[in-house]
Amino acid sequence: MARVLMKGTEAIAEAAIQAGCKYFFGYPITPQNEIPEYMSGKLPKIGGAYVQAESEVAAINMVMGGGSTGTRIMTTSSSPGISLMSEGISYIAGCEIPAVIVNVMRGGPGLGGILPSQADYFQSTKGGGNGDYRLLVLAPSTLQEAVELTQEAFDLAEKYRNPVMILADGFMGQMMEAVEIKEHVSGDLPPREPWALGCMGERGSKRSILKSLYLNPEDLEKHNIKLQKKYREMDKEVRSESYLCDDAEILVAAFGTTARIARSAINNLRKEGIRIGMVRPITLYPFPTQTIRDLASSLKHVLVVEMNMGQMLEDVQTAVCGKAPVSFFGHAGGIAPSVKEIEDRVRSIL
Amino acid sequence: MNEIKIYERPKAWAEGVHTHYCPGCGHGILHRLICEIIDELGIQNDTIGTAPVGCAALMYDYIDVDFCEAAHGRAPALATGIKRTRPDKIVFTYQGDGDLASIGTAEIIHVANRGEKLTTVFINNAIYGMTGGQMAPTTLIGQKATTCPFGRDPELAGYPMRMCEMLATLETPGFITRVSVARPKYIIEAKKAIKKAFQNQIEGKGYSFVEVLSNCPTNWGMTPVQAFEWTESTMIPHYPLGVFKDFK
Repeated sequence: MARVLMKGTEAIAEAAIQAGCKYFFGYPITPQNEIPEYMSGKLPKIGGAYVQAESEVAAINMVMGGGSTGTRIMTTSSSPGISLMSEGISYIAGCEIPAVIVNVMRGGPGLGGILPSQADYFQSTKGGGNGDYRLLVLAPSTLQEAVELTQEAFDLAEKYRNPVMILADGFMGQMMEAVEIKEHVSGDLPPREPWALGCMGERGSKRSILKSLYLNPEDLEKHNIKLQKKYREMDKEVRSESYLCDDAEILVAAFGTTARIARSAINNLRKEGIRIGMVRPITLYPFPTQTIRDLASSLKHVLVVEMNMGQMLEDVQTAVCGKAPVSFFGHAGGIAPSVKEIEDRVRSIL
Repeated sequence: MNEIKIYERPKAWAEGVHTHYCPGCGHGILHRLICEIIDELGIQNDTIGTAPVGCAALMYDYIDVDFCEAAHGRAPALATGIKRTRPDKIVFTYQGDGDLASIGTAEIIHVANRGEKLTTVFINNAIYGMTGGQMAPTTLIGQKATTCPFGRDPELAGYPMRMCEMLATLETPGFITRVSVARPKYIIEAKKAIKKAFQNQIEGKGYSFVEVLSNCPTNWGMTPVQAFEWTESTMIPHYPLGVFKDFK
């Protein structure tokens, strides 16, 4: 497929299809409605299925069911919808079922608004649902990256038998950009037969039970230790982009659309001779703690910029570990930090 | 007259396990019926169960087929995802009254309305069993429970919900029936109904829903015999047995 101009939501949907996702369960919520709309038109034509669930609660449980058979499954929603899905996400993680969940974030808390936001950083990286579970959280910054990360998310979900979340903000969902969507070829992945439901015959009449219920405390702790071991293995998927960091005295930390805005500010400030760079986490979980920590001792200041009131900030503070001052600049409610605001904030630090 | 019938463990009953159910509980009977049906239809390798939240949460320990646990009330949505991705398999939900008629009302109505080609066995014992005897949506008027210690008052808690009758109002074709396990004659009918519900699925007909009036001797504060007598004398008059809807 050649480069085409596409809306972010539709690009994500087509990318998923090209990665072999034939089943989609979802519920309408702004600003991601184009994804279920796109899927409802395409999937029945390729032998798959689209089901409009009665709620996000039902949608995520359909995703759990589809994932439990080892089938490539996706759902998409936006912030309040992800809150409703959090119960199911915890079960999916606890039962170790692969699934891809896209959150096109809007402002909160509560019903909030429908404009872009990054206020679900805590929800996606620290839990949301109950219990000690983790998601792999991928944060694209361009539509091309959203396409590639969406496709890779299916591989990662199967590799780790874990839900993977694409954390995109409303800008990424609604803007149009040139993208190239290729048919995705997965590398070697573990086969589904040893664990997936519906493969009892292939296992020689040995059944599979997918569950998170362990009434015996020792068994539940053992299950948790096993999950934690897996999350430590997931650490090797950590990814970030370092931009002009080699000689930087000022470091900006930003993800997603905010990082694009910060990049423009950094380019302008560099012209003024300010030694400034940026670390852009691509995986929010696992977080690129070591990348930031390695830079920290040579920095005069770290500025965290987000479209929220300061969430990734806490992970950056942990990474910097007191080796440099850390401050925050952000907006909420669907207001994006402007290039000028970021520049002014940096100049005020100097 | 000299024929000897040997009452054996169904093949689909996991070997060497005993249930955790209280003496006299209807779950054991129902699990056995499902196992016998799985054997008779020869679908053990092709059946996928969803385990509910409630006393039957551990049913996968007893019925030897593939299983996925469901969150409370969510089994119909979970089963939808399973059946849509594996339409060649036989998928069932097994849900109690708190699970199906309270926290999972949205899921059960919509699975029936979509006509998902799967089977639901709904165990109505008019009480929350696992959590210790709280009022259920199906608790009868005047029936005492730990959260209606003076008896269910319709002014405060409304009337007991008749799920078969509600679901039968849906236009989508389906098989909806209510049976009981209160006495052997009812158990024979219950088995026929559940078997038909599985056969409907094998034939790709659509959604089948079998409500089973059962009991809870422990939380009702009765002996097993008294409990099944109460099911017959008090529950059946409010929840009439019969077929409410069937495929033409």
